Amino acid sequence: MPSDSAFKRLPATPSETVQLWVEGQAVNARRGESVAAAVLAAGLGPTRTTPVSGAPRAPYCMMGICFECLMEIDGRPNTQGCMTPVAEGMQVRFQHGARASQEETA
Amino acid sequence: MNPSASALSAVDDTAVADYDLAVVGSGPAGMAAAIDAAERGLSVAVIDDQPLPGGQIYRQVGDPVLQDRNVLGPDYYYGESLVQRFCAATVDRIDRASVWEAGPRHLCLSRDGRSRRLGFKALLLATGAQERPVPFPGWTLPGVMTCGAAQIMLKTSGLAPSAPLVLAGSGPLLLLLACQLLRTGIQVEAVLETTPTAHYRDALRELGGALRGWRALAKGMGLLAELKRGGVKHLGGVSELRALADSEGKLDRISYRRRGREQRIACRTLLVHQGVVPNVQLSRAVGAEHHWDALQECWRPTLDSWGASSIDNLFIAGDGSGIGGALVAEKQGRLAALAIAARLQRISDQERDAEAAPIQREIHRELAIRPFLDRLYRPAQEFLRPADDTLVCRCEEVTAGEIRRIARGGCAGPNQAKAFSRAGMGPCQGRLCGLTVSQLIAEAREVPVADVGYYRVRSPIKPITLGELAAMATPAKELGAHDAKPAPAADAKH
Amino acid sequence: MSAGLMPGRCDADVAVIGGGLVGLAVALGLQEQGLKVAVVDEGDIALRASRGNFGLVWVQGKGDTCPEYARLSRLSARLWKDYAAELTDATGVDLQLSQIGGLYVCLSDDELAQRADMLSAMRDTLGGDYPFEVLDHTALKAKVPEIGPTVAGATWGPEDGHVNPLLLMRAMVQRFNQRGGLLSTEGPVLKIEPNEGGFRIHTRGQPVAAGKVVLAAGLGNRDLAPQVGLSAPVIPNRGQVLIAERVRHFLDYPTGHVRQTGEGTIQCGDSKEDVGFDPGTTTDVMAAIAARAVRMFPLLEQVKLVRAWGALRVMTPDGYPIYQQSEQHPGAYLVTCHSGVTLAAAHAGPLADWIANDRVHNELALEAFHAQRFSL
Repeated sequence: MPSDSAFKRLPATPSETVQLWVEGQAVNARRGESVAAAVLAAGLGPTRTTPVSGAPRAPYCMMGICFECLMEIDGRPNTQGCMTPVAEGMQVRFQHGARASQEETA
Repeated sequence: MNPSASALSAVDDTAVADYDLAVVGSGPAGMAAAIDAAERGLSVAVIDDQPLPGGQIYRQVGDPVLQDRNVLGPDYYYGESLVQRFCAATVDRIDRASVWEAGPRHLCLSRDGRSRRLGFKALLLATGAQERPVPFPGWTLPGVMTCGAAQIMLKTSGLAPSAPLVLAGSGPLLLLLACQLLRTGIQVEAVLETTPTAHYRDALRELGGALRGWRALAKGMGLLAELKRGGVKHLGGVSELRALADSEGKLDRISYRRRGREQRIACRTLLVHQGVVPNVQLSRAVGAEHHWDALQECWRPTLDSWGASSIDNLFIAGDGSGIGGALVAEKQGRLAALAIAARLQRISDQERDAEAAPIQREIHRELAIRPFLDRLYRPAQEFLRPADDTLVCRCEEVTAGEIRRIARGGCAGPNQAKAFSRAGMGPCQGRLCGLTVSQLIAEAREVPVADVGYYRVRSPIKPITLGELAAMATPAKELGAHDAKPAPAADAKH
Repeated sequence: MSAGLMPGRCDADVAVIGGGLVGLAVALGLQEQGLKVAVVDEGDIALRASRGNFGLVWVQGKGDTCPEYARLSRLSARLWKDYAAELTDATGVDLQLSQIGGLYVCLSDDELAQRADMLSAMRDTLGGDYPFEVLDHTALKAKVPEIGPTVAGATWGPEDGHVNPLLLMRAMVQRFNQRGGLLSTEGPVLKIEPNEGGFRIHTRGQPVAAGKVVLAAGLGNRDLAPQVGLSAPVIPNRGQVLIAERVRHFLDYPTGHVRQTGEGTIQCGDSKEDVGFDPGTTTDVMAAIAARAVRMFPLLEQVKLVRAWGALRVMTPDGYPIYQQSEQHPGAYLVTCHSGVTLAAAHAGPLADWIANDRVHNELALEAFHAQRFSL
């Protein structure tokens, strides 16, 4: 649920809402926005830990440059959250360290 | 909307020219070039990684999110008409696609997990800018983001950052974003200027140009006044910026030095900015010549006045060719379209020159402010050449100290440093450490950055899956039959 | 970088031309013999086989038409463990050396049969002392559960292994500097001038004077060798290599085409093309490499490629090394090969001993690696 670190939704033009699942938690998002934005709006994260030291990271550039927002989206590890639009029923997991060698059924 | 099936040509250099012109990027430069080229009868494809055209500057402007148009202001909504004209043009738009390779006559793009080749006669790179990497202690903490990222979230989701919120850095976007956020009604704790005070004096030398570009100057003054009216603390002369974490590893306060004293403030979101630099990933991968711009502290492709690069029929326009801003980008796109149309003999050189003259004058006028801005907003040394304990490569977690040690140990340049330290080997492919690594080696070896050079950027410039790449193999080659004998490993035989 | 080099006097006992894996291995070996060594290298953008290689410390199948080369490769593989330990002790750089055996994966039954025949013939030539095993699909799957269902099998070499070639290079440079070596990046060498009592090496920077000179400049040797009365008929042969993102560890053994590095990244190769001096990559070959890798290990299908490069191997007409001292200008040596990783331990050991002390180890079989074999 939205925590104190949630980004705030400002008055917006009408749009459809889609529901996705982030780490098992239902999150509502605006159709067309990115997974990274939806996760930040829900106040969730850090969204990954690094494969080198295990340090926590979260979206940084939001334009596909930095690869900090890598998450497991619908079973695909290391997917850029800022470049992936939300979809109804989408399953999002945070990326912990290096990706698994095979898709793991959640 | 989709290019013909012949885009799936089999052999690199005999790829069918599916289009007269392929444009990468649908920001102002790419859109303007495509519109003008299509009007002159060229067949044009425009490839962009977003669902909607506009680039980062006019992101989502075709389907605006924020109810209050005052927040982002008229400069943003100016993009609406350009996007409308672009969408009405006879252009094949290939959206949500990333270009991961470009050759002299073809490029490879990935869309929905599938890759294909696309052939062209001329290529225009309009890949825009990226924010300059801002390494400082703590810049990797969750809660630290770039000003550009926050602005993208305003444009695409109508999201405002969580409080307490601080902005820190240097450059026009810092002030603009602070005002835009202020207009949403959220509280901005402070705007910290890291612009070294000496730069103000330095910039005054370019006051003449600044006065010719008085509109931009007036806008800047307006933003400063707006911040003041909004009661936002706007503090100059800030150095030694640090982001500090709570027990969970998230940002919860920052520290900085001002007037000789260390200060701390609680902070949940820190938005940083040190200007923007050309995104040269693709132009480098293609092998175009680049040079060091000592004033803007960045690499830029070496171009003639039309945007033609050192490679035949490869043009570059917009911020990817050197930072000039959205209005200049649009006009550069138009110039490039004229030059390409002339190159492909759709218009005569006389027509080209006649149409170009007024555009060139407008560009000249728009650029008048640049020398002033470039001098004023040169990043402070602490962000160009950070202290030893600062992470430089975020992906592989390599510190500035490590790069300096390697450089002093006789390393030949950034590529050797990359091989020795893994800096630049992670998924971002050096986009966030390349400039810093070159700077640090220049410092350690006491030579200009221009002599140090840059990473060798190679295909694929966006990660694609091995399966996607494998699917491009022609059947005869699948089994390793590309050699007369089964291909042995580099070291496995002989 | 050449601040310590003064013109007009002898800067070093030996100047090694080329700062790649071959040159540095020889240079470190010469330092071990107590000599003062200068390495003359090129800058950051050079044709560097060392940066583009696969990191195999490999024995199986090497020297199928040259038993001396088979023996040399095995000797070097045996010396590698101590060699790596010494380098790591001195520099603190873990080279990620693993020598627990390696696999050459064959997709088709024909390929596997041909490979088995070749290795059997080698075993005969070498008097029966040549360990390998042929694994059918089931045996291979027992060793590597992730192997693809359509793979025919593999040959197994118990003496094969791999190392991180970039860390090896880094450790070598560090060790060379520690021992007070003179490293110049002002190459390429423009001219080698033999003079009384030694050689003068000319670059765009200050010349380097040395008593002996070792040509370890890879493809550059072709033009340098005749200047000291030697011949190096080497030509470039391009290999393309793909590197994919870090994956949780799944592959214990190196294979001829795919290996997982200590960091978890996946390296896929390789190809052989005669393309002159073009170290680029091509989509077709990259796709073919990826297709082969995915067929070997289907789990790689969803793994992302992060970078790719082409590197130029240094090939002699028969693919074997040249080790030779000049008769016309004694003190000038030619060292060229394309297995700079596998042979590093031999280059640092017996080969350096030969150059430093004129001591010829039997295993080196120098006469077999003389360039005259190409003019017979």
